[in-house]
Amino acid sequence: MSAPQNTPPVGEVPPDANEHCPGPESASAGKAAGCEGCPNQEICSTQAAGPDPDLPLVAERLQNIRHKLLVLSGKGGVGKSTFTSQLAFALATDESTEVGVVDIDICGPSLPKIMGSEREQVHGASGGWQPVYVQDNLALMSIGFMLPDDEAAVIWRGPKKSGMIKQFLKDVDWGTLDYLLFDTPPGTSDEHLAVVQLLRDSGVTGAIIVTTPQEVALQDVRKEIDFCRKAKVPIIGVVENMSGFVCPSCHGESLIFYPSTGGARALCDELGIPLLGSIPLDPRIGQACDQGTSFLDTCASSPAAQAYTKIIESIKSLVG
Amino acid sequence: MSNSAVGERLSTIKHVVLVLSGKGGVGKSSCTVQLALSLAHQGHKVGVLDIDLCGPSIPHMLGLSGHSIHQASAGWVPVFADPSKQLGCMSIGFLLPSKDSSVVWRGPKKNAMIKQFLSDVYWGTLDYLLIDTPPGTSDEHLAAVEYLQEWNPDGAVIVTTPQAVALSDVKKEISFCHKVGLPVLGLIENMSGFVCPHCAECTNVFSTGGGEGLAKHMDVRFLGRAPIDPSLVMLLEQDDKTVVPKLAADDEEVRTNSIVETYQHCELSKIFGRISKELDDMLEAK
Repeated sequence: MSAPQNTPPVGEVPPDANEHCPGPESASAGKAAGCEGCPNQEICSTQAAGPDPDLPLVAERLQNIRHKLLVLSGKGGVGKSTFTSQLAFALATDESTEVGVVDIDICGPSLPKIMGSEREQVHGASGGWQPVYVQDNLALMSIGFMLPDDEAAVIWRGPKKSGMIKQFLKDVDWGTLDYLLFDTPPGTSDEHLAVVQLLRDSGVTGAIIVTTPQEVALQDVRKEIDFCRKAKVPIIGVVENMSGFVCPSCHGESLIFYPSTGGARALCDELGIPLLGSIPLDPRIGQACDQGTSFLDTCASSPAAQAYTKIIESIKSLVG
Repeated sequence: MSNSAVGERLSTIKHVVLVLSGKGGVGKSSCTVQLALSLAHQGHKVGVLDIDLCGPSIPHMLGLSGHSIHQASAGWVPVFADPSKQLGCMSIGFLLPSKDSSVVWRGPKKNAMIKQFLSDVYWGTLDYLLIDTPPGTSDEHLAAVEYLQEWNPDGAVIVTTPQAVALSDVKKEISFCHKVGLPVLGLIENMSGFVCPHCAECTNVFSTGGGEGLAKHMDVRFLGRAPIDPSLVMLLEQDDKTVVPKLAADDEEVRTNSIVETYQHCELSKIFGRISKELDDMLEAK
């Protein structure tokens, strides 16, 4: 028994492939004579052959978008959606900045609720699907807008999820945007591969990685960083969320999610990635998300909001 | 597709319970571990199968990082967390070359791995097999349910945190269970409040009561509410699991024989002891 081999994200010949591998993107992938017995045969033969014919359409649709930012984390529940929403709200406070947000967490879309636009609907127009406008200059697209009620489960396997993500990019009339933010589900699987492949021609500005301080989360985040490197997605930096908690009654600080291995700081030093900042845990952040309001507006003077603002400023200056 | 290999493995396992949540980071893995530790403490023989292939956390939480799996003639031998071999574990974490390696797999490859876990691991005789899952309602969940269905798994324990954003994903997970015909055994509300160690004031970091309300609304049994416990977080984080986590620097160092015993020193073990007792009674009565 050997360690499992990974499928390279984009079009490369896997290291464990057979000698006469035709390449995972060739028309005969998985079907050529040389594919017999290859450990990757099933994957190749179930994937669409050749480069995706829709890629140029996606590139055309996204050509007027300046920055495409991915918000990633290997771990769930670390605050990817919260961070995405606050980043979007903060960028959109400047009325001349056009911001779009795509929620590619197909099985657990949280952004409609967090951004206060639950029960809105997506409309079709001649130019394509119209995203939901949370503000005049802030557009949001999520599968949450297409579900009959919030109990409806999206029980989809990979290919169907990838298909939906493609539609979000190919069929939505995004218009001209300064920023398009992608909120992702946890892990390194179908959704992540889909978005990286779809953005291949139009280019990704970079990824922002969100984590919490404890080693259990950092372990998964290391895997996500490995994914970014394999998929050649530049990493803008790491945000450490839920770092420390200040008791509202006695102002004593506790490290709820204890950084036993030095937290995000040690991880960033080890892997040579910038640490954008640490955001303390504040129960009002969760409340703002439940109510769909901008935490930075409602509690602007809190330490957490100041940490957010600092991080967002440095992201803005890093992407230019 | 014949799953007779899965059936053969399951024939010596009394109860199969999945731990699910639509939302990530609500504590599926930590609840799985705590249920396992409580059941093991109550004298049951327990196996934990981690099918979160892209983010396996169980090995670290049980203090088994860096272990590898041995192949015996009867199958893959699980890694045991305690010297008396009451608690075994299987995870993709044991198969990775380094802790940084990512598992960039699409659905079909993940399904194949899960099938292999279910058919090739030599669990032996178990009272409980707990299956820890990734968030969502997708490939891993469908695969596990598909391979297990024929052999009537006992059902699923759902974990949530109290805030509204988590609840809406958890509703989806309960709908998933209904749709695929997996019985919902009950719901645990995790991270419900944090007791400040300085002043003993309880703060509802992620609000409170949402899980109980949801359980009522969806007609699901409410198993209990578990607060955030820094000593548990530390126990799951530290490398040496035989040391009881110290909350104050001047506490005396207490050592135990295994993580099963160490866990009994955490406050939360009382709550999970009760929950696992309740689960056990419920499943034995079936």
